[in-house]
Amino acid sequence: MGSWPKCKRLTFGYTFRVDQSLALLILQAGRSRLMTLNTVDLIIIGVYFAYVLGIGYYLKRFAKSGEDFFLAGREMTAWIAGLSFLAANLGSLELMGWAGNAYRYGILATHWYWVGAIPAMLFLGIVMMPFYYISKTHSVPGYLQLRYGEPARALGAVSFGFMTVLMSGINMYAMAKVMHVVLGWNMDLSIWVSSITVVIYVALGGLLSAIFNEVLQFMLIWLGALLIPVLGLIEAGGWNGLVQKISVRMHADYTHLWGPMGTFDNPMGIHWTGIVLGLGWVISFGYWTTDFLVVQRVLSARDLRSAKLAPIIGSAFKMAVPFIVILPGLLGLALLPADLHLTTAEIADATGGHSYDEVLPLMMVRYFGPGLLGLGITALIAGFMSGMAGNVSAFATVWTYDIYRAFIKKSAPDNHYVSMGRWCTIIGVMASIGTAYLVRYFGSIMDYVQALFSFFIAPLFGTVLLGMLWKRGTRHGGFWGLLAGTASSIAMFVWVKLDPSAVGYVALSHKAMDQAQNMYRALWSWLICVGVTVVVSLLTRPTPEKELEGLVYGLTSVPSEGHLPLYKRSIFWAVVVAVVFIVLQWIFW
Amino acid sequence: MSEHKHFISIWLFIGSLLLVYGLLILGSGIYELSHPLRKTLAELHAPIWWGGLLIVLGVGYILIFRPRREK
Repeated sequence: MGSWPKCKRLTFGYTFRVDQSLALLILQAGRSRLMTLNTVDLIIIGVYFAYVLGIGYYLKRFAKSGEDFFLAGREMTAWIAGLSFLAANLGSLELMGWAGNAYRYGILATHWYWVGAIPAMLFLGIVMMPFYYISKTHSVPGYLQLRYGEPARALGAVSFGFMTVLMSGINMYAMAKVMHVVLGWNMDLSIWVSSITVVIYVALGGLLSAIFNEVLQFMLIWLGALLIPVLGLIEAGGWNGLVQKISVRMHADYTHLWGPMGTFDNPMGIHWTGIVLGLGWVISFGYWTTDFLVVQRVLSARDLRSAKLAPIIGSAFKMAVPFIVILPGLLGLALLPADLHLTTAEIADATGGHSYDEVLPLMMVRYFGPGLLGLGITALIAGFMSGMAGNVSAFATVWTYDIYRAFIKKSAPDNHYVSMGRWCTIIGVMASIGTAYLVRYFGSIMDYVQALFSFFIAPLFGTVLLGMLWKRGTRHGGFWGLLAGTASSIAMFVWVKLDPSAVGYVALSHKAMDQAQNMYRALWSWLICVGVTVVVSLLTRPTPEKELEGLVYGLTSVPSEGHLPLYKRSIFWAVVVAVVFIVLQWIFW
Repeated sequence: MSEHKHFISIWLFIGSLLLVYGLLILGSGIYELSHPLRKTLAELHAPIWWGGLLIVLGVGYILIFRPRREK
């Protein structure tokens, strides 16, 4: 056992719950680790750490100006920006959490990768990226400042900073937990070793180093995880064999995407309207188009065409991610011993069993011996670190440019801000370590992240979208709309926690589980944000059009790609991805 | 990657790492031939062909993205 504090745990009923400490500790002590690493596995992990640190050290010489440190010099190709855009999202939450969700909810979890990502990524590339890129903003809060003024920027920057630190803490927690459960490693040691590594390479090379390492980590994640579905499908007898085995075990529809969603009677307890409007529209578009963690990678592109192509390239790979994340969860449901029934983390802790989030390591243990096991664990560590580095580099940029330079020290030499960015990287990680110790609220890790998204990202999407597409939106409208959307989302969350029967109002059904609640809460907060923005804008003086040039549709000159051959146009590849996306929905309907 | 003329390509880093990993995993797979493991589908000898794949990828990346003297 590590020294992780488990005796006291906060619950969202706003009470402290003291677990049956002694009995629990005895049970947990009896819970053996899933695997033991061989010398060759440790060498593989050690080589990985040496590489990421070496890359950071090598790139330090190229991160001298603010543009270098915070935006990687705006020199990335579409491929690098696109892979980094996706890798920053492929944190531990993706690998562990969604494999666990696939085991728990079945193929419905795939919605978070397809309808919950692809349309939004294409929309970012084709519609929104020109405004971000042409405005030359360095961040999403920076765009808010250009479009709506300082109050909106301050609100956006503070909420983003808060969310980012929490997200980074979640990443650390997830990493430490898997290292403890899978390998028996001390959780505190895992947190500190991985955090210090990330601090070193991000503080040295800034976004450039983060992006380089994210591309490396992207490759490792794929090569380390890809073998599980390959071997799993062989064992299950192909897709048809997998479907048959699951239907025999579960007596419910776990293998159709849309079929079971006409009612709330499905493993997730969500109606298709929640998926389409809550996830597919608000949550997804909010995350992929306004979360600076991912948008920052695209802003590093070397020209507008690369910036438009980057999210489209990312979307093509995103469509394939369920193969290494969702499929292992389904395979676990079909192939793991029936008596190894996975549960929520709290029940697993109390009973000494395994939680949903452990399905991926369990599948590794099933197939992998020395060497492959090291590669698989390295893939998980790479996922943790890419997510953490993404959060930290985005936090450093927003803090330095949108809070420190905007409100604390307005004029200083460029190298002063680079230095602040480096210090902020360290401080951000320290704050994240603190939050990692608080993250034990939800049964499934991903549920917590979705709650955060509905607090901050959903309303932000309404504000940015209106800012880009509606020139009548005013500064007051933008600020008050964003504030009202965020406050209403938090209020709905608290309401349901204080009075669980409120779920029937917020999520339209008493059967709605956490994910479904998040979807509907996001939808309402987005609508409130848009409504307040429109009403306040119409009641206040319009912003002069001259001040909106380069920021809003109709007042921005976007260079045409008409002179390029078809295969080089971003819209062509967006259509290709969209067609594949539709075909996949049809196949797994 | 060659976004900046002074950068060593990221793909070269990746290629060399995959080559090292491929050799280690292939070596483990060869060792397992004489010391079989009790793993599901162990008879497929996944480490051998997966290690081989990593080596091929690694060598490919190194050859394509190796530093070249500027003319």
